[in-house]
Amino acid sequence: MSTVFEKELDALKEKVLKLGSLVEKAISDAVKSLVERNSTLAAETIDRDRILNTLDVEIDEDCIRLIALRQPRAGDLRLITTAMKITTDLERAGDLSVDIAERALELNEEPQLKPYIDIPRMAEIAQGMLRDSLDAFVKRDAALAKEVLTRDDMVDQLNYQVFNELLFFMIQDPRTVSRAVKITYVSKYLERIADHATNIAEMVVYLVEGKIIRHMLPDKI
Amino acid sequence: MTVTISEDLKAESKNLNFYYGALHSLKNVNLPIARRRVTALIGPSGCGKTTFLRCFNRMHDLYPHNRYEGEIIIYPEKLNIISPSVDPIEIRMQISMVFQKPNPFPKSIYENVAYGLRVRGVKKKGLIDEAVEKSLRGSALWDEVKDRLNNSAFDLSGGQQQRLCIARALATDPRILLFDEPTSALDPTATSKIEELIIELKNEVTIIIVTHNMQQAARVSDYTAFMYLGEIIEFDKTDKIFTAPSNKLTEEYITGRFG
Ligand SMILES: Nc1ncnc2c1ncn2[C@@H]1O[C@H](COP(=O)(O)OP(=O)(O)OP(=O)(O)O)[C@@H](O)[C@H]1O
Ligand SMILES: [Mg+2]
Repeated sequence: MSTVFEKELDALKEKVLKLGSLVEKAISDAVKSLVERNSTLAAETIDRDRILNTLDVEIDEDCIRLIALRQPRAGDLRLITTAMKITTDLERAGDLSVDIAERALELNEEPQLKPYIDIPRMAEIAQGMLRDSLDAFVKRDAALAKEVLTRDDMVDQLNYQVFNELLFFMIQDPRTVSRAVKITYVSKYLERIADHATNIAEMVVYLVEGKIIRHMLPDKI
Repeated sequence: MTVTISEDLKAESKNLNFYYGALHSLKNVNLPIARRRVTALIGPSGCGKTTFLRCFNRMHDLYPHNRYEGEIIIYPEKLNIISPSVDPIEIRMQISMVFQKPNPFPKSIYENVAYGLRVRGVKKKGLIDEAVEKSLRGSALWDEVKDRLNNSAFDLSGGQQQRLCIARALATDPRILLFDEPTSALDPTATSKIEELIIELKNEVTIIIVTHNMQQAARVSDYTAFMYLGEIIEFDKTDKIFTAPSNKLTEEYITGRFG
């Protein structure tokens, strides 16, 4: 039988998951609105950010209330503080999706510079990282969280690749500069989203093992 | 379990066993007590916290069927204070206990504090006056009672009575202070005064405190030992115990999921 407090903790986890799924959808819609040149979808994505923000505040308030009223300790304390930090990362990832949608709105006004190939791949990896780090959070699975950490390099490499490719366009034809810069922004936003997923995975390791691995060398983790 | 810490020790129990007649109530307790630090003992009712504390001032000697095994070493003397050759009265002068319920003697405020010195044979009024004031200041009670030292101790509130008992304990200049749930009968204001006091006092004395209040253990102590069924299950720095305990039983106990 679970106590009232345990139910409250379960409800908190549910809310973090819900925020996570909204963020995932925001990322995929933002990228889709770019790839499919769908400005309606871009506008919707920007609009839906309000829901994310409300949920972000709600989770923070829940955490503060739980700390004040339940005086959590040990694993409970780590769960609540982790939830608070994860929420911040999710909310930022949501903001970055809005940034992507805004660039999509601008880019969709102009002829397409090139087919988008690496951008959707980056988005897919970043989304997977988010999904799995949240899965690891709920299941307290440190091994999965650590595996997520290893995927960040792929996104960094793709970002670098996109940048080089667009640099080539810009050098060839200065008229592409405005569009190319915007696409490099999108690539950078996705790279940042993957960083937020990395932060979440690091927090999950803290949650499970009680050890802060942020700023540690990979072989020490 | 055996544990080591990297600080100066004031005391250390080594393979301590204690029996109430046939009841084996402390089992191979090994616990370092860091000098001028607060060590908290936590654990479910009946796990042996009070029993452990009472070994330190030889309270168990008052009953014939009680039996100790092992050692409690006091530093720097390296004296085993539970050895039969050590006088329990002398130990109680140096290691004083403050109990759950304030228990002042039915005497004046002054006499309550002077008591330990009189037992020791101190006769000079000047010396006693000085020690009474110092102890009452030490227990943060002086300003509240300095104008009525000859009133009965029972005129004081519960929280003041508890601070009086702390002053009484301080008067003999103890090296170790033992607190057995010192605030369980007090309101939050009196409780936080006592907690502040405990933190102050550790500049001078080594403190061991038993408490059922997890937040209190977290607030006042530097080290925490979790006891269960007469054994030390986990001992560590308090912040470690309350953020990431190593043992599952400890985790269950401090998060309220025990049993
Ligand atoms: N005077 C006594 N004679 C016989 N058995 C005793 C005596 N005092 C305590 N015990 C037993 O020794 C065990 C430890 O008791 P102790 O008082 O040390 O527990 P505790 O951890 O202080 O519990 P609480 O949190 O309830 O104060 C218990 O099983 C208790 O019943
Ligand atoms: Mg007790």
